[in-house]
Amino acid sequence: MAVALEKSAPLAGVRKVGRRTVVAAILVAWLLLFVVLRGRQTLTLAAADLTDLHRWFNDVNDSIGADRNSNPLFLYFFNEIRLVIDNLVTFIQHLISQPSAGRPLPQIGWLGVVGIVGYVSWAVGNWRVALLAVAGFTFLGLQGLWQESMDTLSLTLSAVFVALLFAIPLGVWAGLSDRVNRIVTPFLDFMQTMPTFVYLAPLTLFFLIGGASATIATVIYAAPPAIRITAHAIRSVPETTVEAAESLGATRRQALLKVLLPMSKRTVVMGVNQSIMAALAMVTIAALIDAPGLGKTVVQALQSLDVGTAFNAGLAIVVMAIVLDRVTTAASARAETARRSKNRFLTWRRPLLGAGAAVTAVLVYLSHTYLWAAEFPGDGGIGSSIASAADTATSWAQDNLSGLTNAFRDGITNGLLNPFQSLLTDSPWWLVCAVLIALGAVLGGWRAGVTTSVCLVLLVGTGLWSDAMTTLASTLVATVLVMLLGMVLGVWMGRSPLVDRLLRPTLDAAQVMPPFVYLVPFLALFGATRFTAIVAAIVYAAPVAIKIIADGVRAVPETTVEAATSAGCNTWQIITKVQLPMSRSALTLATNQGLIYVLSMVVVGGLVGAGALGYDVVAGFSQGQLYGKGLAAGLAIVLLGVMFDRITQAAARRASS
Amino acid sequence: MATQVRQRTGVAGIAVVTVIGLTLTACGGAKVGDDSADSGSSGKCGTFNLAVNPWVGYEADAAVVAYVAQHDLGCTVNKKDLKEEIAWQGFGTGEVDAVLENWGHDDLKKKYITDQKTAVAAGSTGNKGIIGWYVPPWLAKAHPDITDWKNLNKYAAEFKTSESGGKGQLLDGDPSYVTNDEALVKNLKLDFKVVYAGSETALIQSFRKAEKNKEWVIGYFYEPQWFLSEVPLVKVDLPAYTTGCDADAAKIACDYPVYDLDKIVSAKFAKSGSPAYDLVKSFNWTNDDQNTVAKYIAVDKLSPDAAAKKWVEANRAKVDAWIK
Repeated sequence: MAVALEKSAPLAGVRKVGRRTVVAAILVAWLLLFVVLRGRQTLTLAAADLTDLHRWFNDVNDSIGADRNSNPLFLYFFNEIRLVIDNLVTFIQHLISQPSAGRPLPQIGWLGVVGIVGYVSWAVGNWRVALLAVAGFTFLGLQGLWQESMDTLSLTLSAVFVALLFAIPLGVWAGLSDRVNRIVTPFLDFMQTMPTFVYLAPLTLFFLIGGASATIATVIYAAPPAIRITAHAIRSVPETTVEAAESLGATRRQALLKVLLPMSKRTVVMGVNQSIMAALAMVTIAALIDAPGLGKTVVQALQSLDVGTAFNAGLAIVVMAIVLDRVTTAASARAETARRSKNRFLTWRRPLLGAGAAVTAVLVYLSHTYLWAAEFPGDGGIGSSIASAADTATSWAQDNLSGLTNAFRDGITNGLLNPFQSLLTDSPWWLVCAVLIALGAVLGGWRAGVTTSVCLVLLVGTGLWSDAMTTLASTLVATVLVMLLGMVLGVWMGRSPLVDRLLRPTLDAAQVMPPFVYLVPFLALFGATRFTAIVAAIVYAAPVAIKIIADGVRAVPETTVEAATSAGCNTWQIITKVQLPMSRSALTLATNQGLIYVLSMVVVGGLVGAGALGYDVVAGFSQGQLYGKGLAAGLAIVLLGVMFDRITQAAARRASS
Repeated sequence: MATQVRQRTGVAGIAVVTVIGLTLTACGGAKVGDDSADSGSSGKCGTFNLAVNPWVGYEADAAVVAYVAQHDLGCTVNKKDLKEEIAWQGFGTGEVDAVLENWGHDDLKKKYITDQKTAVAAGSTGNKGIIGWYVPPWLAKAHPDITDWKNLNKYAAEFKTSESGGKGQLLDGDPSYVTNDEALVKNLKLDFKVVYAGSETALIQSFRKAEKNKEWVIGYFYEPQWFLSEVPLVKVDLPAYTTGCDADAAKIACDYPVYDLDKIVSAKFAKSGSPAYDLVKSFNWTNDDQNTVAKYIAVDKLSPDAAAKKWVEANRAKVDAWIK
């Protein structure tokens, strides 16, 4: 964050120089008071200790569990929801992944699924993505993970279907009404930042173990992006177009159906895309409550530290994500392509679609009837070669890089993390609060200051102040490293299309690969430390920051760069004096997103030695008497997220205005 | 444009013909459901819902019980991968019939057995659960006196890490484990700080690396555990356990008791008369038995089912005693 500020400063006018001085003054005052007051009123709480709030959460949880068979809310509400969703999941599973109706195999075998996937991709996209989809799905079979992949696909499809059922109408409503938008936004923030671990156990209490709970957990996480993007799409339809429609006598309903929705279709499909990606990110977490599929393979492999097998399954998730991403992206582009070349092509399209449908039907029939088309042939040899290659690569890295990585770890930990953490955790709580509120107000304006103080009061209320500050220290260090990486790679990608093409698939994979897969190698390289958690967070968060910065740099007008070149600037000067300052709103956005993504990895960090809030959440998921504390820790993470989101967004608005 | 489109129709036509050709030639192929001999022989056992908690030792228990239930009793076994807390929750909702390896968990016993009466105990597994502090074998060999807790402070400085704030580091594991380590460190006046690795994976990886690179690590561990057959960690002696020495959690200054690992089943399942319940009740084996199967799964990379088959075939007498 500090980096972004520094970069935005040079171009700023007199007013901002003033702000910089104020920030510096606040920090100096903090350091001075820290020296004097160190170690007093730090609000620490030992790992097994509870506050009244935590006990109260426990009691609520217990009383729900105790009367779930007599409570009408369960009998007539939750049980009904569960039934509907369970039937949906089971239906799709019987279709493509699980044995059904006395058959040893699902209704549609691999050949049928590959056929359908190819046909649908071609119908909604183009033949190139159809080819990619067919190749991708065949690869899943060759990896020896056909059934697992289909289970994952079933869950993803049901979750996305249910999510869209709510998300699109809600998104449209939020797009039409400012008030709805304002009400919905905090809920969406909550749904996205609340760690999944926190609500997994209550979900199984409400919706029992298995498919339904896993689907609902996924829906909670996957719906918000679709709602946000749909609302955004409706909002970005030009005012004048709507006015024109209304002046022609269209009713509100007509305006919505004939103008707003068709015009925002492209963006809405992008929302669907984001929803699918979010659903796939939940695959491994849902496996903890017995959701079938690839996530289970990953989690089980990790119990015996089998990196190769976990990687193989992780790769299958990545392949599926890339196929679904490219297909939906092509689908969103199709609307436009079709509008441009409507005439002749459309007349040929129908018979072609018909022929394709016939071929697909035959493939489905074959895969329903014959073993060779129902069961993926071969023994998944590719999968085991991938697994052993991954094993070899990890052991090589562990044997050869350990010394280097330890030095790096100790450098960052002792030089940056430890001092910063002790500044946050050993200062009296009210001092840290005062500093954060002051910084929020100076950087983001008085409204951000108010939000910050509300969040801080609630944070103290969770009883986990000290843990929250420990987590905050690691989070900020991780964000600084993410921004450094983002600036180096983002600028490089922004300046060279070739680098962009080479790096982008790697970035996609880093975002979708389940973190559980790379935790074992990271543990071997860095040990069970806070630094391991930081590195894991960087792998997940850096791609977002890099992509945003690359876009920002690319958006700097060509002419400006040329002018600077002709004025005799060298490459370094162009980057630091022209491209970075001019893309400073992208830099602030990247900081914002980087931080939110880092926060979403706090729980994963708790599994590899980061302790603090992440550990509290995992502990709450594992032990009954710590349930309430885990819930409070989850809330604390949400509060940290909301606080920094509001500050950085307000700061971004200031920077761009 | 038009020619291109026609070409595509051509391609589609060829595809249709090919597919029809495939259909015709494939008529001799095996049809789905041809060999239905193996399925559908569920007998009177019916469905048996078995919770599988996330550690390999438990997986070994579950694999063997599931294998016997399926092949000898003709049950349809549903294995459900769940953490302990959620597995116990499943007793009440009818989604879990049995938990095979329970480590103490007095709070859960109180909640589900005493208060909600949805679960009942089904006897010991025969496994002895030993919890304690362990060091890698190289360290115990190089400094034999380290296995006595009284000497730990002498070596505290060697155990320092970037996480331990100037003290020695005592590495703890997954938050679901029973642990008194913070109280122990305080009450035994040890110059150590408990650092939470956060997962079994992190714990094993730390010990594995410590043995390989001769690093100083001391941490929480337990048996039965497959990892001990790869790296035989050495237990550090804490002040001996006596009955009641752990009554006050804040004042604990003694070793962990030896846990008699036991089985818990849902109350409904216990009354159902299912042969699977009788199997669960009489299932009993040793730490060595479990470690053997766990090693097949974790080190030799057999599937749980194959591992169970291998062990059952070699230990037919034991298995027969369970299902008699």
